Amino acid sequence: MLEISNLHANVEGVEILKGVSLSVKEGEVHAIMGPNGSGKSTLAQVLAGNEEYEVTEGGVTFLGKDLLEMPAEERARLGVFMAFQYPVEIPGISNAYFLQAGLNEIRKSHGLEELDAMEFRDLLRAKMDMVAIDPRFAERPVNEGFSGGEKKRNEILQMAVLEPRLAILDETDSGLDIDALRIVADGVNKLRDPKRSMILVTHYQRLLDYIVPDYVHVLYKGRIVKSGGKDLALELEEKGYDWVKEEYATA
Amino acid sequence: MVEVAERIDDKAHYLGDLGRVKSSSPEWINALRRDACARFESLDFPHKRMEEWRFTNVAPIVRTRFRSTLEPAAHGLTAADLVGLAYGVPEWSELVFVDGFYSPDLSRVQPGVRAGSLSDALAGDAETLRPYLNRYLNGSGSAFTALNTAFMLDGAYVSVAKERAVEAPIHLLYITTGLNAETASHPRNLIVLERHASATVIESYASLAVDVTYFTNAATEIAVGEGARLEYIKMLNEGTNGYHLATTRVHQDRDSSFRSFAIVQGGRIARNELGVVLDGEGASASLNGLYMTGGEQLVDNATSIEHAKPHCTSWIGYKGVLDDKSHAVFSGKIMVQRNAQKTDSNQLNQNMVLSDKATIDTKPLLEIFADDVKCTHGATVGRPPKELVFYFQTRGMSEAMALGMLTYGFADEVVNQIEVEPVRARLEKFVYTKYSPIPG
Repeated sequence: MLEISNLHANVEGVEILKGVSLSVKEGEVHAIMGPNGSGKSTLAQVLAGNEEYEVTEGGVTFLGKDLLEMPAEERARLGVFMAFQYPVEIPGISNAYFLQAGLNEIRKSHGLEELDAMEFRDLLRAKMDMVAIDPRFAERPVNEGFSGGEKKRNEILQMAVLEPRLAILDETDSGLDIDALRIVADGVNKLRDPKRSMILVTHYQRLLDYIVPDYVHVLYKGRIVKSGGKDLALELEEKGYDWVKEEYATA
Repeated sequence: MVEVAERIDDKAHYLGDLGRVKSSSPEWINALRRDACARFESLDFPHKRMEEWRFTNVAPIVRTRFRSTLEPAAHGLTAADLVGLAYGVPEWSELVFVDGFYSPDLSRVQPGVRAGSLSDALAGDAETLRPYLNRYLNGSGSAFTALNTAFMLDGAYVSVAKERAVEAPIHLLYITTGLNAETASHPRNLIVLERHASATVIESYASLAVDVTYFTNAATEIAVGEGARLEYIKMLNEGTNGYHLATTRVHQDRDSSFRSFAIVQGGRIARNELGVVLDGEGASASLNGLYMTGGEQLVDNATSIEHAKPHCTSWIGYKGVLDDKSHAVFSGKIMVQRNAQKTDSNQLNQNMVLSDKATIDTKPLLEIFADDVKCTHGATVGRPPKELVFYFQTRGMSEAMALGMLTYGFADEVVNQIEVEPVRARLEKFVYTKYSPIPG
C-alpha cells in the first residue's frame, strides 16, 4: 500500500532524512519511534506533502501511485491523512464548515455525491459521538481556543470523518495527560480497520500501551536503524534510546 | 492664481445652493449655519498635503458640480422598492430618508420612541436640541463637514430619555434614488441618550441607482449620557458611482458604553470618519469595522478616540478584504490626555489583500500624555500563512479553496459579533456569498 524507498529530504538546506525505506501493507499499524531530532516529524510532513520539505532522493508510492508528484490535497483525496503534532487554529471557520468542505472535495474526487448540510450534520454528530467530542464543537472555529487535548481529539474526529486509507499520527500523544491519552487512543482504536493502515509517530512507548502496533521501527539520524514487533517498544522503554544510539555508533 | 480661482469656483455651486435655502429655523440655528458657511468658505477642500487626507484623494468629488437637494422630492417610492434595504421587522422603528429628506410614508416609529426628522425637531421644540446640536462637530472636521452644517436641512433626530431602554432597534435608512444625476445630499443626524438610557441604532446608506453619480455628505453627532449604552451599526452600501463622506462624533459621559460596527460594502469613494471622546471615568468604547473593497473603490476608515478622563477603556478593531484595484485606508488615532491615567486602549487593523493591484495604507497614531496607561496597536497586511493553507490541503481542499474559505472566515468574524439578528443574518449571507467558495 505504501512503499517508501531510500527517501532523503532537506529542510532549509539541511538533510534530515538520509535514506528511509519502509513498507506498510493494508491494515497494518506501524509505530515509528526515535529520539528528538531523529526525523520522525519530517517523515510525516513529507508524506503529507508539505512543500517546505524538499525531497532530494528516493521515492514514495501509495496505492501504486507516485505520491511525491502530487500536491497535498491530491494525496488527501487519495486517502492520506496526517494528524498534526501542532494543529493550527483557524479563526472564523467552524469545524462543521471546514470538515464538510474537505469531505466533499474527497468525495467528489471519487465520483461520489456531495453531502448536503443536513446529511453532513448527521454524519458529523455520529462521528463526534464515536470519538467522544461535545457536539457544540461543531460550530466552534477549528481548534481556536481548544486545549491541547481537545486539539488532538479534533484531529481524530477529522480522521473519523474523512476515513483515510493511511493515517499518519504525528506525536498525537505528546502533551496529553493519561486520561486524554486514553480518550484519543480509544478513538484511534475504533478507527482501526483491515482496509486502513496507520503510522504512529511517537517519542514515548506509553501510546503503544493503548494502540498496539504490528511493527515498531526506530528512526535515528534520518534512517530506520532497527525494526521489530511490538516488543521492541518495551525494550526501548526499558533501555532507553541510548542503547540504540550505541548500537548505531558501533555498527 | 489660477489654482485659487479654480478653488473658489469649486465651491460656487454649493454656495449658490446654500443661498437658496429657505429657513424658518430659530435664529440660533441660522447662526450655526452662517458660521459653518463661513468656515466652509475659508477651508480648502481636503487634499493630500493634509495629514488626515494623505492617502484619500477626493478630487473626483471636488471636481463634480453636484447640485444639493434642498427639499423633499416627490419620489413615488413604496415599501416594495425598499425590499432588501429596509428590514421590515414590525417591532422596530424604521425611518426612511430619501435623497436626504425624511419620508414619513415609508417610515414606522414605535409608540413611545422619540425618533423622527431633524427638520421637524428644529421647526418644533428646537430648544431641547440646543445643548447638543453642533456641539461635538463645531469647529472640527473638513470643509465638507462644515458644508453639512451650513445646509443642516434634514436627517434623523433620535432621543432616548433617562432610565429608558429602547429594546427594539431603530433603523435609519438613507436611500439615494438617483432620479437626478450629480446631486448631493447632506443628511445631518443627532442621537442623544440621556443618563442610563440604552438603544440600538442602525444607520445605513444605500442606493437605488446602479450607475448614477451622486454624493452623500453625512454628519452624525451622538451623545451617550452617564451610564448609558449605545449599540451603533453603520452600513455603507452606496452605488458604484456613489461618493460618501461622513463624519461621526461621539461624546461619552462617565460609565457609558458605546459599541459600533462600521460595515463598508459599496461606494466609489467612501470615507467614514468616526471620532469618540471618552469624557467621563469608567466609559468604554468598542469600534469595530469591516470593509470589503473591489473594482476601483477607495474606502477610508478614519477612527479616533480621545481619552479625556481616567479609567476608560477603548478598542478599535477593523478588518479589510481588498480585491481588484481597490484602495483602502485605515487610521486609528488614540489620544490620551494628561490626567487620563489607567487608560486601557488597544487597536488592531487586519487586512487581507486578494489582488496584487489592491493597496492598503494603514496608520496608527498614538499621542499619549499620561504615564500610567496601557496602549497597544498593531496592523497586518497580506495573505494567510502557508501553514494554515497546508492544513486545508491535507484535508483535501485546494489552495484556492482554502484562501476563499479563510477570506470568508476572516470577514465573518466581524459580522458574527453583531447582536442584532436580522442585520447579522443579512451580512453573514452577504460575506458568505461574496467569499465562500462553497455554494450556500
